[in-house]
Amino acid sequence: MNRLYKSILFNWLKLSLVILSFLSMPMTSFANGKILATPGVIQIEGSGGGGLVPWAQLAGYATEDEIALSGFCTQANVKDFQLTSCGAQLNLYDRVEISFAKQNFDVDPLSLTLSQNIIGVKLRLYGDLLYSTWPQISLGIQHKSLGTPDIAYALGAEDDTGTDIYLAASKLHLGLLAGYNVLWNISTRYTQANEMGLLGFGGPGDESTLQAEVSVAVLLNKHLAVGTEYRMKPDNLGLEESNWKDVFVAWFPNKYVTVTLAYLDLGTIAAIPDQTGWYLSLSGSY
Amino acid sequence: MLKYYHYFFILLAFQLTSGCSSKNSQQSSVQSSVQSSVQSTVQSTEQHPNGELYNAVGGQKGIEKLVNVFVKNIANAPEILPYFAKSSVKHFKQGFINHFCVIVNGPCKYAGDNMIDIHTGMNITERDFNRVVELLVESMDEVDISYPNQNKILKKLAALRSQVIKR
Repeated sequence: MNRLYKSILFNWLKLSLVILSFLSMPMTSFANGKILATPGVIQIEGSGGGGLVPWAQLAGYATEDEIALSGFCTQANVKDFQLTSCGAQLNLYDRVEISFAKQNFDVDPLSLTLSQNIIGVKLRLYGDLLYSTWPQISLGIQHKSLGTPDIAYALGAEDDTGTDIYLAASKLHLGLLAGYNVLWNISTRYTQANEMGLLGFGGPGDESTLQAEVSVAVLLNKHLAVGTEYRMKPDNLGLEESNWKDVFVAWFPNKYVTVTLAYLDLGTIAAIPDQTGWYLSLSGSY
Repeated sequence: MLKYYHYFFILLAFQLTSGCSSKNSQQSSVQSSVQSSVQSTVQSTEQHPNGELYNAVGGQKGIEKLVNVFVKNIANAPEILPYFAKSSVKHFKQGFINHFCVIVNGPCKYAGDNMIDIHTGMNITERDFNRVVELLVESMDEVDISYPNQNKILKKLAALRSQVIKR
């Protein structure tokens, strides 16, 4: 228990430092051309998105003439597990997003930590979330390398690296719901990852690997969005791997910093049921 | 665990209170604008019973007020002002008042040049287009147009974007 509090405190110190450094930045930027909140936040694998789902928008506020650099740290605590994910994103001209994330996953029942690195590339193929007639469409990959593969192999996984490929479509409808803006994103992901890759890739139950992921959000005002997400996942290891759900509120005080709080329902992880809990994420963009 | 909530709610509370305090400071201007918008709403309701959005922005008087604030905000935006170097403020104001009136379904006719002709040669970037959207939103905030009504107006203006940028 003491260890848990120490890790929470340490992470909070890190997050506080990040938030302070972003808040104290001069209010000039080489990339703030997008409208507030429209890029969304950073998802747990390091891509621009919601909390769990990668979206078609690229991270940061860069328009076609600009470059944006973003960073994030996310802490997700459910009953028997804790995930910390931190990383950075480069947005080149609202066309390409290059991302990196490092995930540490504490498994309380075994008192051990699994970790993996994720390199992502996302390409905007068509459109603009806000202005185009049809939704914005992007194609992305997330290449994952599990640094701690022993548990994964013991559970029957076939590989310690894997590459997810996803196609995402997103659209913001101005004033759709009684004058409030509504944003949705649908992603289709080809994946062999078990629990995102933390339990390796592939396995004895390897079958259908195309998964759907959906997010919907409503902007209550310029600075505040509430929404929900649903992410389907394969069950290659036969451990009743669950689909993931969350309800979130995201706060955009300015274009430099974003805070997201979510309630998570991750279902069964590694055959341990009822993994619900909280998610807190901080991201900054420049 | 509790620390999370605390932090978040402190941040949230900070945002809410700062929102409230800025409202308080605007109260005197709000009162006067409420008075004037009540008057003009009455007027415009008589003139235009079906123009819900037009009435919501305070009719003709409300639009004139908004455009005056918008012009003031453009004048204070060094990255945007150069786009207006060759235009007459009076001409722009009158054109925008009429155009905006049509946008909110008001009882007006816009007889000015079309959007493509006006913006050709200006080479407006995506970034600067969005900056002007932000200035308009700030202006709508200043004259107390509600967030839902702002979004309805922006939806109509957003449809014109392709006639405005990169020309």
